[in-house]
Amino acid sequence: MASDTIKTYRFRGGVHPPEEKLTKSIPVRTMPMPDKVFIPLSQHLGAPAKPIVSPGDRVTVGTKIADAGGFVSAPVHSSISGVVKGIVDYPHPAGRNLPAVEIEGDGTDQRDGAVKPRSNPMDLDPGQIKEIIREAGLVGMGGATFPTHVKLSPPEGKPIDTLIINGAECEPYLTADHRLMLDAPDHIVTGAELMGKILGVRRIIIAVEKNKMDAVAALKKAVLGGDTAVVALAVKYPQGAEKQLIKALLDRSVPSGGLPMDVKVVVQNVGTANAVYEAVAENRPLVSRYCSVTGPGIKNPANLVLRIGTPVSKVIEYCGGLTQDVRKVILGGPMMGIAVWDFSVPVMKGTSGILALTEEYLDENREGPCLRCGNCVRVCPMGLTPLMFARHTQLGAFDRAEEFNVMDCIECGCCAYECPAHIPLVHLAKYAKAEIQARRRKAQG
Amino acid sequence: MFESIIVLAGLGLLSALGLGIASRAFHVDTDQRIQTIAGLLPGANCGACGFPGCNGLANAIVSGNGKIEACSAVSDENRKEIARLMGMEAAETVKRVAVIHCNFPAGGVGNKFEYLGVTDCRAANLVAGGPKQCVYACIGLGTCKSVCPFDAVTMGDSGLPVIDPEKCVACGKCVEACPKKIIDLVPVSRMVQVLCSSRDKGARVKKVCSVGCINCMLCERVCPFEAIHVIDNIARIDYEKCRVCGLCLRECPTGTIANLRGWEVVAEIGESCNGCTLCARACPVDTISGTAKERHIVDPERCIGCGICVDQCKRDAVTLVKKTAAVRKAAAAGE
Amino acid sequence: MKETYILTTSPHIHNAESIPRVMYSVVIALIPAVLVSIYYFGVSALIIYLISIASCLVFEAAAQKVMGRPITIGDGSIMITAILLAMNIPSTSPWWLVVVGALVAVVLGKQIYGGLGHNPFNPVLVARILLLISFPVQMTAWVEPVPLFSGVDSVSMATPLGDMKTTLMLKGLIDTSHFSYMDTFIGFVGGSLGETSVLALLVGGIFLLARRVITWHVPATYIGTVFALTGVFWLIDPTKYANPVFHILSGGLMLGALFMATDMVTSPVYPRGMLIFGIGCGIITVLIRLFGGYPEGVAFSILLMNAATPLIDRYTTPKKFGSIVLDEAAK
Repeated sequence: MASDTIKTYRFRGGVHPPEEKLTKSIPVRTMPMPDKVFIPLSQHLGAPAKPIVSPGDRVTVGTKIADAGGFVSAPVHSSISGVVKGIVDYPHPAGRNLPAVEIEGDGTDQRDGAVKPRSNPMDLDPGQIKEIIREAGLVGMGGATFPTHVKLSPPEGKPIDTLIINGAECEPYLTADHRLMLDAPDHIVTGAELMGKILGVRRIIIAVEKNKMDAVAALKKAVLGGDTAVVALAVKYPQGAEKQLIKALLDRSVPSGGLPMDVKVVVQNVGTANAVYEAVAENRPLVSRYCSVTGPGIKNPANLVLRIGTPVSKVIEYCGGLTQDVRKVILGGPMMGIAVWDFSVPVMKGTSGILALTEEYLDENREGPCLRCGNCVRVCPMGLTPLMFARHTQLGAFDRAEEFNVMDCIECGCCAYECPAHIPLVHLAKYAKAEIQARRRKAQG
Repeated sequence: MFESIIVLAGLGLLSALGLGIASRAFHVDTDQRIQTIAGLLPGANCGACGFPGCNGLANAIVSGNGKIEACSAVSDENRKEIARLMGMEAAETVKRVAVIHCNFPAGGVGNKFEYLGVTDCRAANLVAGGPKQCVYACIGLGTCKSVCPFDAVTMGDSGLPVIDPEKCVACGKCVEACPKKIIDLVPVSRMVQVLCSSRDKGARVKKVCSVGCINCMLCERVCPFEAIHVIDNIARIDYEKCRVCGLCLRECPTGTIANLRGWEVVAEIGESCNGCTLCARACPVDTISGTAKERHIVDPERCIGCGICVDQCKRDAVTLVKKTAAVRKAAAAGE
Repeated sequence: MKETYILTTSPHIHNAESIPRVMYSVVIALIPAVLVSIYYFGVSALIIYLISIASCLVFEAAAQKVMGRPITIGDGSIMITAILLAMNIPSTSPWWLVVVGALVAVVLGKQIYGGLGHNPFNPVLVARILLLISFPVQMTAWVEPVPLFSGVDSVSMATPLGDMKTTLMLKGLIDTSHFSYMDTFIGFVGGSLGETSVLALLVGGIFLLARRVITWHVPATYIGTVFALTGVFWLIDPTKYANPVFHILSGGLMLGALFMATDMVTSPVYPRGMLIFGIGCGIITVLIRLFGGYPEGVAFSILLMNAATPLIDRYTTPKKFGSIVLDEAAK
């Protein structure tokens, strides 16, 4: 099926922040192996992984160092070769110290002996592929870090008819997925087909925003046939949000509180598709990833292949360091990333970008009174009324905030981006959600 | 002129009649006691009793579903009055107040980063655990103040909330709201308190705070009543066992423990003392003197009021009295 | 020591909008109408603008000081209030009328409720109505506009709407033959300072629409409703009811529909609600103009609909994404 025949739709709301894709034409480089890595045991949604190494153990690249801590969990592998120093409490982007495996490198970059390529990946049966994906520690690489094998295991009675590969990369600044689509379109397509095989799906749609037509061309070239299509979508944030992407491609609305599988869809990131290819065909677990190191505060912006566990400070150093006036460093994109203050935090499976913003790019204005202008309502892709849940949250009336559907908020940031009064609407939403969840837990006992 | 007077008066009468009929027709029988009891309750509608506001509790008390003791805010006088109305005994309640187990301004705890966002500790806690260098420390944005229905919390100049023990009725709102869970309700008579909640190891605490508990265990060793224990890297006091002697706070090298009780007590030995010396031998601070077989005396200046001597005395000759009175008496005797 | 790095939740970037930018956009949009009014009503108009601005600034600052709120007279909202207030009174107004109006608008209309963003009613209209009821003579002392530097003395004159109402009461029928559509379109008629020039107001309105400060919903439905309703009555009896073009060009309709009914704070926030609001304003305006005691009903209609705004908001809350039935979704 040719991509031209695929009709696209509009999702409501959304904003157009400046794209600022500073690094879009910079080819990817591999950062030299760091001499020490700290690999967190919580890099995914779900239960932390359980360490299976002890201090003094020798590990090589790809050695499993921690096993999944439950069904919704993923194993963790060593990203360098060297010696395990210990399981330490180490700074984590979440803001707390969390357990991480400290590995001191020996500089040899030796690969795990068990890592041998498979010549015939498509001949494996779906169960085998899924097991390989699980063992390789794959998680959603767009940032949500949901374990991939769980997403590929829809429960009985939830048929899937479409697999969407998300290459929208709608966040400003980030270009890692873009570069990956240019470098490895065939890997992405094969990875997608492997996932399609697990799900028993024929129709695969690879969605890319129109500002990356070179990536669209590369992917189209890599598609050999079948029901795989490459679709160019309008440039609008949050085009890459799961529910909005499904709406734009298939005109299906994921019900409130539901998942894509409720409308027969599974969405995976292009980075994940590439990692699936690497895990299945090359037998390589997830130990490194593409990452954009960018922003006005980085001396030499770059797209890098980074090993999981590399301290962010080392990455920044490798890119020439920060400029004097940097006030904020963000892991991920500017719309949904997490700001960090301690740069010893490690690069994780979900770290799609390291962004340094200087004073002039930050929101200088302090919060003012709500003017009821309705901008937040206009741009909300979820059809919510941020001004209402924000007001009730400010008053501590979390039950009223819940009535205004704050739990449906996807925290995309459109409302806060547009608010002329600079009210921290996303922060209030997160706060209300946390409080409501705490109350629900309490009510359950 | 007359016409309008008559029309208006007529209208008024008609409306009054309507109202009168309505009030009869739609009359709902209520227990008078509910109104009276609701009037005796504090009226802050804080909800700490578990009922919807003071009226809710009054209803529950009258219908037998609620206990008077559910309200921690009502005054003793009113509690007795409610008990009398209901024809039941009101149990004595222990007066408790909220205590914040942190003293970050004194410890010089700075910020890790500049926090911009919602001015509420619960919201700030979502951003990397809040800006304070110590992740266990009070964030200081005043959520406890904003949730207090009794205006008992004010923000001190240093950024640490201050609880007014007179106004605090131990409703527990702040305890629930504090995202760091560093507030608890303490009986007013047990006010020797550990003003730190850090579960970090000593070395790490020292890095960020000069008044944090470094879990050196000295307090645990010195306590004569086994009332203080270091659990999870933080000293905790068992209020059942604590006798407010203050020995631990003398030992504490970081000054983390403080006595917030407004008064001190000392031992006093009465006439029935037969000089058995048991008390003198047991005294942990050697403040009891006297020769055997003669009445002993306590130095009220040095006595810490631990009450060990009271336990030791077989003749019930030792009692604890408020220190101010004892010091005055001793001074008078000395002259 | 100041901390080096800032932490907030996402998003970490923001567009260029801010409260002052929104407010000063409205001020800029009002400038054409201000200039036209100064041209036609002369120096007295300029003086009224200046008195209004000065007294609004003073009252705003004083009220904020007394109420212990931060002083925010720089955010532009008070400039809008001041200019709109001046636009809502005749050029012949004595200075004290303007000052009383400013006091009412700023203190009773706005600050008492908690300041910007919290007032339920449009402050300027609160002031206009209060002045109209308390000082009917001064508030209707219209004069014929005299172009600046033309050296002619101004003559008192009724507004087209007032004129129509009077003739209707006296003769039982109306007479709009001496009425020039062109004059009202450019502003050469009697009336409050800012309401006369439809052209200048439209220019400002289009600017606000282009800047996305206001949306089309309220002005379009408001003016459309007035046009449609007066059209129906005109068709029924053209001797008693003026034609719809006369109605939309005269009085304070343009000023009200473009600048006062669109006040974000006091009008509905959701598009569907805005439509209801505009239609409601239109109906009330027409009812007052055709059947009420006052010749003009724009101010009353907007204030009445302001009061209905919370209710309208409540029933027009948009549906959230994914609130549709599952079966339909999985088609």
